[in-house]
Amino acid sequence: MVRILLALLIGMSLGGLALAAEPVIPKAKGERCVEDSRTMRTSHMELLKHQRDLTLRAGVRGTKHALKDCLTCHAVPDAQGQPVGIEDQRHFCNVCHGYAAVRIDCFECHVSK
Amino acid sequence: MTGLSRRGLLLGGAALSLVLAPGLTLIAQARPAGRPASAAQRWGLLIDTAKCTADCTACVSACKTEMGLPDHGRPATDAQYLRKVSVGNPANGVERSVPVMCQHCAKPPCVDVCPTGASMKRADGVVLVDRHICIGCRYCMMACPYKARSFAHEAQSGQRPHNPRGKGTVEGCTLCVHRIDADRLPACVEACRAQGKGAMLFGDLHDPQSEIARALAAQPATRLRADLGLDPALRYRGI
Amino acid sequence: MAEAQAPILQERDWRRPGVLAAFAFLGALVLVGLGAAWHMEHNGHWVTGMTNQVVWGMPHVFAVFLIVAASGALNVASMGSVFGRTLYKPFAPLSTLLALALLAGGLAVLVLDLGRPDRLAVAMLHYNFKSIFAWNIFLYTGFFALGLWYLWWQMDRNRFARSGRLGLAAFLWRLVLTTGTGSIFGFLAAREAYNAAILAPLFIALSLAFGTAFFLLVLMGSVRRANQEVYDRLRPLLGLFVAVALYFVAVQHLTNLYMAGREGVERFLLIEGGVYPWLFWLGAVGLGGVLPLILLFHSTFVRRGHLALASALVLLGGLAQIYVIIIGGQAYPLNLFPGMAVASSFGDGQVAAYAPSAPEFLLGLGGVALALAIVLAGQAVLRLLPPSEPKS
Repeated sequence: MVRILLALLIGMSLGGLALAAEPVIPKAKGERCVEDSRTMRTSHMELLKHQRDLTLRAGVRGTKHALKDCLTCHAVPDAQGQPVGIEDQRHFCNVCHGYAAVRIDCFECHVSK
Repeated sequence: MTGLSRRGLLLGGAALSLVLAPGLTLIAQARPAGRPASAAQRWGLLIDTAKCTADCTACVSACKTEMGLPDHGRPATDAQYLRKVSVGNPANGVERSVPVMCQHCAKPPCVDVCPTGASMKRADGVVLVDRHICIGCRYCMMACPYKARSFAHEAQSGQRPHNPRGKGTVEGCTLCVHRIDADRLPACVEACRAQGKGAMLFGDLHDPQSEIARALAAQPATRLRADLGLDPALRYRGI
Repeated sequence: MAEAQAPILQERDWRRPGVLAAFAFLGALVLVGLGAAWHMEHNGHWVTGMTNQVVWGMPHVFAVFLIVAASGALNVASMGSVFGRTLYKPFAPLSTLLALALLAGGLAVLVLDLGRPDRLAVAMLHYNFKSIFAWNIFLYTGFFALGLWYLWWQMDRNRFARSGRLGLAAFLWRLVLTTGTGSIFGFLAAREAYNAAILAPLFIALSLAFGTAFFLLVLMGSVRRANQEVYDRLRPLLGLFVAVALYFVAVQHLTNLYMAGREGVERFLLIEGGVYPWLFWLGAVGLGGVLPLILLFHSTFVRRGHLALASALVLLGGLAQIYVIIIGGQAYPLNLFPGMAVASSFGDGQVAAYAPSAPEFLLGLGGVALALAIVLAGQAVLRLLPPSEPKS
């Protein structure tokens, strides 16, 4: 019984995954990212976290993993050409984070555009 | 370590910039990219209250604009990093207007009491709140003798990029670290020069050649609540 | 000497309508408290009475009250284990459970009032060991661990005989714990109303009084006819604790009155401060001190109802006392410029206005309800109540 239920659940969640549209990642402005895509996909959070402690606590400036630079390069324009904020589904961070249902805490304090 | 030669460089730079552009910049040079703040410096302010008039609020407005502090029309809960306190001497009726903000203590009680280490002092003496790990307990606000901190009582939007601030965390004057690190004066000091009477002097207390250190050597100044022994980096004259 | 025997205890029949109704009522209060916390967190703290001047409000009054009471609720168990009074042994498990429950209720309120309660994990992972709050996180979790262990050994007939050592450890631990709670305020150099080492022993004295009063009320509500001797013994003891607490309060204020610079804050708290002198004299001293002492010691008042009334008054007066300490101490302005007349847009030189908002009060009440619900649930699933005595 339990096994059947489990199989059903797994099947349903896989089905759900297949149904949800794959995220379409918006183009960035810059030529290339500060790290290769693979590293950014898996480790952007560690990079940002390391950077945040370095900048705020140690006072190191001008290093390459700054949230501000990410947002500038990855700004998604709206119809008027203005960058959209985190409340917008199209925001660069939202595209994947919405898909994966992972809450972002950054923009509780940081401005998102 | 390169501390010694770097210090020499800084001293030279300071002297040079004073000669070349007096009044324009007081900081030797922006810290190069990738270098942490150093304990060789200690940023401080000297405020001459004799030059500060009660009707001038240039520093306060500049602070609010620079840090993106909104006015919700709720004075009891709205954030204020910098305020002007009118201080009257009942004995002789002399009244002074005194800008008060985080005093950037050498021994900050807010840092002592913070359970997570969010309340912190940078190597160059600037006292900050690391809002990434602030849990909003407000113990630092209980401990601060200067009432220098505010609590973000509501959700925020449209923050300035250099001053991230959010609901449920504590905040206060950063001495404009984002400006200091880029070789610029804190917003209040700049505004006081431009629109006020230049009552605020910013600089490195550890550098004996700096204008602030020489001014302090020439004529003594007071610390607020010096009796508490916290050694603030803000000094006042004329109180 | 015969090996000490574990007393025979029983659980509470939760199917009785009275118990079910109490569960429903307490559960509803807990839900209302959670709703209040959600309201405060969702909107931000501006919807409460708390401000940049009075940063700790009604939730902290309730939290500190419950945490202080928790430590004292262990009195009865300590008297059994540490001081070897066999009379109290059947009551020790209830006393321990009450202590744990009150601490849980108090901490729930404290945590739910945080600006970022979602970051509780941060508080568990980042420590600043100079912070008294950080010490207290260890003192509180340690008390839970020790209390649960102690409760287990008290109720396990094979380990009962050895539970005394755990009792001693728990007794010492809670003295340190309450010292820690008092020091949260006592070590604040800038606040004239606090900043005194006497706050630690004062809080210990308050804890003994609150905890005993709480225990008496819970016992009366749990066991129809408990051994009358326990009430007869605890009656003067509660009186003694109330008197000791009053003594420490008096010494604290006398110290401040004697210091020239502290005259202002004392005049504020004791005479001119509006609601605070009223709460102090009428609430803490009158209703919470003098009246209970009369009820406990005067020969006219011998009934159990009088003891219940005295206990309830001790708790109400205690809340008033904590309110005056926490809120009154913040309402009085910080003295940045001693001897000067000051004013500003940020409340300098002015007495801060504070009125507790409904959500704050409901959150605090939810904490009390949570503590009592835990006690009730514990009584339903664990055998820790002494049987009712036969009618004499």
